[in-house]
Parts: sequence; C-alpha cells; structure tokens
Amino acid sequence: MSVLLKVENLKTQFKTDAGLVKAVDGISYHVDEQEIVGLVGESGCGKSVSQLSVMQLIPTPPGKITDGKVIFEGQDLLKFEAKGHEMRSIRGAKIAMIFQEPMTSLNPVLTIGRQLTEMLELHLGMNKKAARERAIELLRLVGISSAESRIDDYPHQFSGGMRQRVMIAIALSCHPRIIIADEPTTALDVTTQAQLLELMKDMVEHFRASLVIVTHNLGVIARYAQRIYIMYAGHIVETGTCKDLFAHPCHPYTIGLLKCIPRLDEEQGKKLVPIVGLPPNLINMPPHCAFIPRCPYSTERCKREPWPELKLIDGQHYAACYADIQEK
Amino acid sequence: MEPSQNDILLDVKNLKMYFPVTRGVMKRKVAEVKAVDDVSFKLKRGETLGLVGESGCGKTTTGRCILRLYLPTSGQISFEGHDISTLPESKIRPLRRKMSLIFQDPFGSLDPRQSAGSIVGEPLIVQQLVTSRAEYEERVEQLFRVVGLDPGMTDRVPHEFSGGQRQRIGVARALACEPSLIICDEPVSALDVSIQAQVINLLEELQEGLKGLTYFFIAHDLSVVRHISDRVAVMYLGRIVEITDSKTLYENPLHPYTRALLSAVPIADPCVEEKRERIILKGEVPSPLNPPSGCSFHPRCSIATKECSQVIPPLRDVGGGHEVACIRI
Repeated sequence: MSVLLKVENLKTQFKTDAGLVKAVDGISYHVDEQEIVGLVGESGCGKSVSQLSVMQLIPTPPGKITDGKVIFEGQDLLKFEAKGHEMRSIRGAKIAMIFQEPMTSLNPVLTIGRQLTEMLELHLGMNKKAARERAIELLRLVGISSAESRIDDYPHQFSGGMRQRVMIAIALSCHPRIIIADEPTTALDVTTQAQLLELMKDMVEHFRASLVIVTHNLGVIARYAQRIYIMYAGHIVETGTCKDLFAHPCHPYTIGLLKCIPRLDEEQGKKLVPIVGLPPNLINMPPHCAFIPRCPYSTERCKREPWPELKLIDGQHYAACYADIQEK
Repeated sequence: MEPSQNDILLDVKNLKMYFPVTRGVMKRKVAEVKAVDDVSFKLKRGETLGLVGESGCGKTTTGRCILRLYLPTSGQISFEGHDISTLPESKIRPLRRKMSLIFQDPFGSLDPRQSAGSIVGEPLIVQQLVTSRAEYEERVEQLFRVVGLDPGMTDRVPHEFSGGQRQRIGVARALACEPSLIICDEPVSALDVSIQAQVINLLEELQEGLKGLTYFFIAHDLSVVRHISDRVAVMYLGRIVEITDSKTLYENPLHPYTRALLSAVPIADPCVEEKRERIILKGEVPSPLNPPSGCSFHPRCSIATKECSQVIPPLRDVGGGHEVACIRI
C-alpha cells in the first residue's frame, strides 16, 4: 500500500504565561491508503494537537506550528495559509475530522440537514436539491432511521450516539481520503461505542478511505487498527503493527500501560501494576526523555543524552528508548 | 458478639425509586420515571459488589437510595439489621457514619475553597468523633497517610492537587468515619489510565487492611468492575438482569444483554480480539419514561419471543448464586 499522508518532524508549541508548552515535539508518522491507524496516549500527551496541526486548526496565537512537514498528495500542507482556499479545499473534503464531543461539535442552531448540505454545496458544488437528496442518503447509510423527516431536526433532538452518527455522515459526505477520529466514542456508552466503531470501520472500507483513531483506549486499537503509534509528552515513543506491539512491547511506557489496565479476560485476583508518578507537566520540559521519573528501566545514560530517536526493533516496529527491553 | 465474615451487611428488597414528571404551574404529575424498578440484592460484609450498566440505567440512583439520599418509593433496605428505607432524616445521620460515598468527578466533588485537610476532617466534626483539636489533627494526618498523600499537604486547596491525588482525598474523606460500607460511584472513570490503576489498587489495599470493609462499586467500565468485584450485578433500565460472581460473568454470561455488554468491551490484545464473537446491539436504550412492555430488553434482544413482550421476567437462581432474569434461559 502506498503512503497517503506523511508527517515529518512536526512541532507545535503554545506560548502561555507560565512558559512555553511543547505540545507536539517533533513527531513523524505516516498513514497508508485504506489503513486504520491508532494514535494512543493519555490526556495532554499531544495526540489531539498533532491532529489539529495536520488540519491547521491550531488557534494562532497562542499556538504555532514551528517546524515540520505534512505531505499529502505530493504537497506540503503546512506551506498553505491556514485560512487560504487551498487548505479549505482539503479540510473536510479530502481530510475529514470527527471530534470527541458530539454535543458541542454540531451547531445547535442549524438543522442537521443544513450542516450536511453546507459541505456538499461548498466542496462538491451541488445544488440545493441534489445536496438534500445526497444528505438523506448519507444519513440512511450511517443508520439513522426515517432520514427524510429527521434531516430537518436540530442536534438537540438527537441522542449522543445519533449525533455522532451525524458527525460520521458529515465526515463522509465529500468522499475524504482520510478520516481523523479524535476520541470519537469516549463520551458514549460501551454498546453505543461498539456500534459506532463498527460503523466507522464499515464506512471507511466502503469509501476506501483511511482512518486515524485517536484514543486512550488500547482495547479499541487492538480491535480495529492495523498499526499503532504510542505518544508520551509530545513524542512518539513506540510504533508498530498492532500484532507486534501488543505481543512484544519494547518501550517502558507501553509495557506499563499494558500492565496497568484491567483486562476483561484476566485471571481473578490479579494485581494491577500502576505506572508510578504523574504524567509530566509540558511546560519547560527537560531536554532528556520525559518518562525518566516514572521509568523502572532508566539509567544515568537516559539523563545525560537527549530524547532517544525511534530505533528499529524489527519490521515496522520502532521504539524510542536507550534500554534494550524484551518483555512478553 | 463479633459478627462473622459471612453475615449480610446490606439487604435490599424490591427497591423502587420512581421520579415524578410534572407539568404546569400546579406541578401536575404527568408521568413517572422508573429509575429503579424492583431491585433486590444482598451484600456480604467484606465483599465487593459491582454494579454495571449504561448511563441512565439507574445505577447511581440505586447507590443514592442505599445512602438514603433519596427516599425510596417502596421497598426495604436493611443495613446492619436496621430497616433504613423509612427512617426519618434525624435518625439517618448517625447511621450515615457507617456508610460513605466516593464520587465520580474529582474536580466537582471537592469544595475549591476548603483546604484538603478540612475536607477530609469535616465528617469527624459532623459526626462528633473527635474531642480535641489535637486528636482531630492527628486523625486527619493519619488518613492522609493511609491513602498515600503527604500529611504536609493538609493546608493546600484542591486545585493544587492532580486528578489522582484529588480522588485520594475523596477516598480519605470516605474513610474518615471508619465506615463499613463505601459506595463508590464511578470512582476512576474521570482519571487517566495510568492513574486509574493507582486508585484501584488503593481501594483493594484498604479492603485487605481493614477487615470487613465492603464496597458497592458502581461503574460503566466492565473490565474495571470485574477486576475489583467479587460479584457483579448487571442493570438494564432500572432492573437487575443478571447477578453472579465475576469469574462466571466472563466465562458463562447467560443474559443476552450481559453477553452484548461483554462483547462490546474490547480487550487490549489483537490476537484475542480476532477470535472473539462480536454482538452488536441494535438501536438505543429506550427511554425509562416509556419502557417496553414485558422484558424491557426484548426489542433489542436476539432471542426474544412473543412471550417476552408480555411477562416481566423475574430474577431466578440458576445454581451457585448465579441469578438471571430471562425466560429464555
């Protein structure tokens, strides 16, 4: 499969009164065609900011993309003006985004239909009638019953799960190449979460698109994604195919994460092994690896040297750690 | 006489909690929300009973009825042998010393202008458990140590603590009166995964240390509930549909809703995930204002028959304390 989106050395910083926040500090990743990629990390690790940077949706100021390239269809998206027409023709049309909060990401004073047809009219140049027909078709596709009448409803008339279905319909409306789903199901119940993830998987297959799932839930990634990136404090610390990474995690943070979540199929009476300490404060970060205070494998070398580069383990599996860890 | 390990701490029988829906100036009652509808279970001293279900199924309401924060519509709640379901408010307060609550939101549940020490110590004063200033301070410091907080931080205010530390303050407050029952209402849902394990382990260690401490653990995350609980009750639209020990729950779930719920929770292992059966439920949880007739799960159930829409299935024992409410099992 060929590479569809390639992000190189992306850096996004925020100037705050307390100091400089390096939310994303030189990450590189890629998304292949028709692939489902997972991006995992705890809150504040920069996973959402990295995705917003790709879409150039970072509020400037205080935020600024200071370095890096986002190569999509042979063009560097970061060369375009954030509000220019090139970026607009990509945002929503070729790269679509589904946000976490289905309650707040839809406009409450516009009907669902208007929010769908706006996209179709703007990006695809459809007339009103055609756009409305297409919108009904899309709503039906994402599993909204009696779409003809519900198209004129407002977001508050939909439940949380239904709103997220509408979001999926909007994201799909212009046949995007990539859909970025930022914590798409976090606010929802597990059975609704399962319904929506299954729907998203079917839809990206149907539309031959790629999907980037941003989440803190490793289970969701294990179920749906082919490849995974683990983020910590603005860096990618480990990446690989799901099979490799879950079977042989090589970064202390990944190992810690897998040991500290309760599993549904675990033995009774098994103790969880928490990761000690707290996630780092991103203000004025040290030049070395930020996981050191919580890392059971850290050595003097970790403190002396800069943040480690991603190092090849095998195949597509890379980890950013000086220690050589092989755990089952 | 010292009570034995196996005695029943809490016995809930046919608990019902209906909230009226009113309309107009006269507050005319137009409908009822049956938040908890005929729920019965027993809680042994020293065990952890988990309660899972989706939002709006009545888990929190059940917890609040046990604490008598709501006056139940009907049913009995006996706590340590006393029926507390109809006691007047004045007689409830001394009993509340024996039960406490840990809230979900570590940000909203602590008064931002109160110091951490006074949050933890307030129950001691309210319940008149300390006689002198020195005793109070000593007790607060001890509570801080028990939950793994530095006693030097008693003068700080909540915003100076991280989410995990705040939840520890909540745990310390819950422990202040040496309760026998703690109702944990989604205590880890708002925390980051790496911090969740710290709080779960703390709760487990406390139970091992204090013999007889009983938890009623409410959460929507089935893997967390199964990890911490001895027994698990599954709730759907105000009713318990299945109750069993947590080993059987995963290995042999009987109710179709429990099966769907289990299959909806992904396991962080791609090799396991490949082999798992996925049951995707259709539709959404119906409104509790107008629940379906008969078994309220029948419109979404894959094995429902005509009879299911007519009779409300009772919870019955299928052996070994495994109770399930389904006529098709």
